[in-house]
Amino acid sequence: MSGDGLKTFPEWVVCEHCDSVYQRVALANGQVARCERCLALLYRASSLDTERWLALTIAAAIMFMIANLCPVVRISLQGLHNEATLWQSAAALAHGPAAPIAVPAALSIIVVPFLQIALLGWILVFARRKRRAPGFATAMRMLVVLRPWSMVEVCMLGLLVAIIKLSSFMEVAPGPGIWAMAVLMILITIIANRDIHWLWEMVEVEPPQPESQA
Amino acid sequence: MSLPPRAHQLHVLACHACGMVLEDALDSTGHGRCPRCTAVLHRRRPNSIARAWALLIAGLLFYIPANVLPVMFTSRLGSGSDNTILQGVIEFWHGGSYGVALVIFIASVVVPCSKFVILGLLLITVQRRSAWARRERARLYRLVELVGYWSMLDVLVVAIVAALVKFQSLSDIEPRSGILFFGMVVILTMLSAMQFDPRLIWDSEDT
Ligand SMILES: [Zn+2]
Ligand SMILES: [Zn+2]
Repeated sequence: MSGDGLKTFPEWVVCEHCDSVYQRVALANGQVARCERCLALLYRASSLDTERWLALTIAAAIMFMIANLCPVVRISLQGLHNEATLWQSAAALAHGPAAPIAVPAALSIIVVPFLQIALLGWILVFARRKRRAPGFATAMRMLVVLRPWSMVEVCMLGLLVAIIKLSSFMEVAPGPGIWAMAVLMILITIIANRDIHWLWEMVEVEPPQPESQA
Repeated sequence: MSLPPRAHQLHVLACHACGMVLEDALDSTGHGRCPRCTAVLHRRRPNSIARAWALLIAGLLFYIPANVLPVMFTSRLGSGSDNTILQGVIEFWHGGSYGVALVIFIASVVVPCSKFVILGLLLITVQRRSAWARRERARLYRLVELVGYWSMLDVLVVAIVAALVKFQSLSDIEPRSGILFFGMVVILTMLSAMQFDPRLIWDSEDT
C-alpha cells in the first residue's frame, strides 16, 4: 500500500509499555483489552461514533470560548473590585522574576487545550464523511504529543485552591468562566483522552494523499 | 500460561506515533519512517536512559531553589512578606483548611519526591537489567505518567492569585522566583518520564 515496500500488520497491536504483540479482537461496548505481560491498557471499545464525537468537540469549543472570555474569579476588598480571566492569570506570572514560567502556564491551560479541540474538530469534520482531512497525519501526531501537556483539570483545582486561599481575607465569588471551565474539563476528558488510533483505520479507505505523487 | 511474543521476536516494530505494526527493516533499509504517519521509527526511544537521567538530575537540582526561595510575595496594609511553598502549606493548616493544605502538600512535595525516587529506581534497575518485580515497576511507571502533571497546581495557584489581588497599597500579591524553579521541576520530571522507555523493563527477559 505504501511505496516503501514495508510489510504492515494492520490486524496486530503492540503494547506501548512492553512490546508484546497481540492479535486485535473486536470488543463489546465498555470492554477494555489489557496486556497480559505488563497489565497496561492496550485499547478500549469505542463507544463514541464520529458524529457524537464531533458534537462534543463543538460543545468543548464553545465552553473553551466562554471560559477564556469571561472572568473565572471575582474578588472584592473594602469596596474595591477585581476579576481575572485565564489569560490574565498566565500573564500575571510574566511580571517579576518568575516571568519565563508564564509561557508553560499559558500553554498548558489555554494554548494546548485550544489546539486539541481545533485539531480534533478539523479531523472529525472530514472523518464523518469518511475522508482524511488535509494535514491529517500531522494533526494526529500532534494530538499524541499534546495530550500530556493539557492541564485543564489541574487549572480547575488551582482555581478552587485560590478561591479558598483568598476567601480568608476578602470576598471571593466564582465568575461565569469557572462554570464553563468545569464543563470544559469533563468534555475535554471525553473527547481527547480516548484512543484515537482507530481513526487511522477508519479513514484509510481513501488513497493517502494523492498530491504527493508529483 | 505462556506470555505473548514480543515485537523483536516476530521481527516487527510498532510506530510510537500511530500504533501501526510494521516489518522491522531498520537494519537493511537504514531509513526508518512510518509509511502511515511519517514519524521516525525506532525500536526503543533513542538514548532513553542518558536523557532521562539528565532531565531527572536537572529537576532534582532545581527542586532545591524551588523550596528554599519564596514563590510569592504578599502585602497587606503596608506590611509585606515572602512565602515559600511549605510556608503556604503551613498557613493553610493553621487556618483550618486541612484538605487544601494536604492537596498542596501532595502536589508540591509528595508527587515530585516520589517521581524522583520512582524514576531513579526505574533507571537503576533497567541499567542493571534487573528481573525484580517487573510488573510492579511497570505499574509504577504508569503511575508517574498519570499523576506527574498535577504538580503544576502550585504554579497555577500563584498565577491566579497574583492576577486577582492587585489593590496597590491595600493588598498585593506578586510571583517570586521560587515558582519559576518549581515549574521547571515539573516540566523536567515530565520530560524525564517521557524519555524513559518502559519497554526496557522487559528487555532483561531474554537474557
Ligand atoms: Zn504490555
Ligand atoms: Zn506511524
